[in-house]
Amino acid sequence: MIDAKRRTLVKGSLAAGAVVGAGLIAPRAFADWNAAAFQAKDIPTAMTGLLGSDAAEVSDRIKIKSPDIAENGAVVPVTVETDLEGVTSISIIASKNQLPLIASFEFVDPSVVPFVATRIKMAETADVIAVVKAGDKLYKNAKTVKVTVGGC
Amino acid sequence: MSDIKIRAKLEGDETTVKCLMSHPMENGMRKDSKTEQVIPAHFIQEVVCKVKGTVVMKSAWSGGVSKNPYLSFKFRGGAVGDEIEIAWTDNKGESQSQTAQIS
Repeated sequence: MIDAKRRTLVKGSLAAGAVVGAGLIAPRAFADWNAAAFQAKDIPTAMTGLLGSDAAEVSDRIKIKSPDIAENGAVVPVTVETDLEGVTSISIIASKNQLPLIASFEFVDPSVVPFVATRIKMAETADVIAVVKAGDKLYKNAKTVKVTVGGC
Repeated sequence: MSDIKIRAKLEGDETTVKCLMSHPMENGMRKDSKTEQVIPAHFIQEVVCKVKGTVVMKSAWSGGVSKNPYLSFKFRGGAVGDEIEIAWTDNKGESQSQTAQIS
């Protein structure tokens, strides 16, 4: 219930932001960007900063698609999808990067399918970890990607 | 002039959106090989995806996303001709947006 309210608020503030942005009056930095999480040097700090907890249950219902061996660490394709119910966000972590948290995708609208694909940088051979928030719980899964030439 | 390329395709009841952005995505830790100077951070921090003007997904990124980022997502309930808008904002406050229609 609280979450639903928060969502409405988030939507509302975004819509207001878009109206201002549409006028192109002044460029604006993303005030909501979670610096504490994205600049964290370890995974627990990043996860707690972003999701409020670093305790996630390992789930093989999270599918991570990425190459077993990435020759170029600067461009590693990663696809994450899950059949878990009520997914509200998917976050991608590269375990050995200096700043491990790569990206977080928040599904504002329930029509969005829990699927994201992007390309990330990896410093060295490491686990790509996907953290999924479904309902009030966190789930995660990992896939090891061997990196030939680091890309950070 | 926007450098965002969007392709949105409806298959069954799912629309798959694929987009490519043009951005250096400097994470602020790389050094210029000639001058030994650290290249300042310059990366997209926020990407907002809208369908028919309503935000459906938003994402927050670090400099760990690859140069010229690629993003794909899917949603249900779209129709051919519906407008998709992708907008990003980077750490310098620069922003770009682009719209496309579902095909």
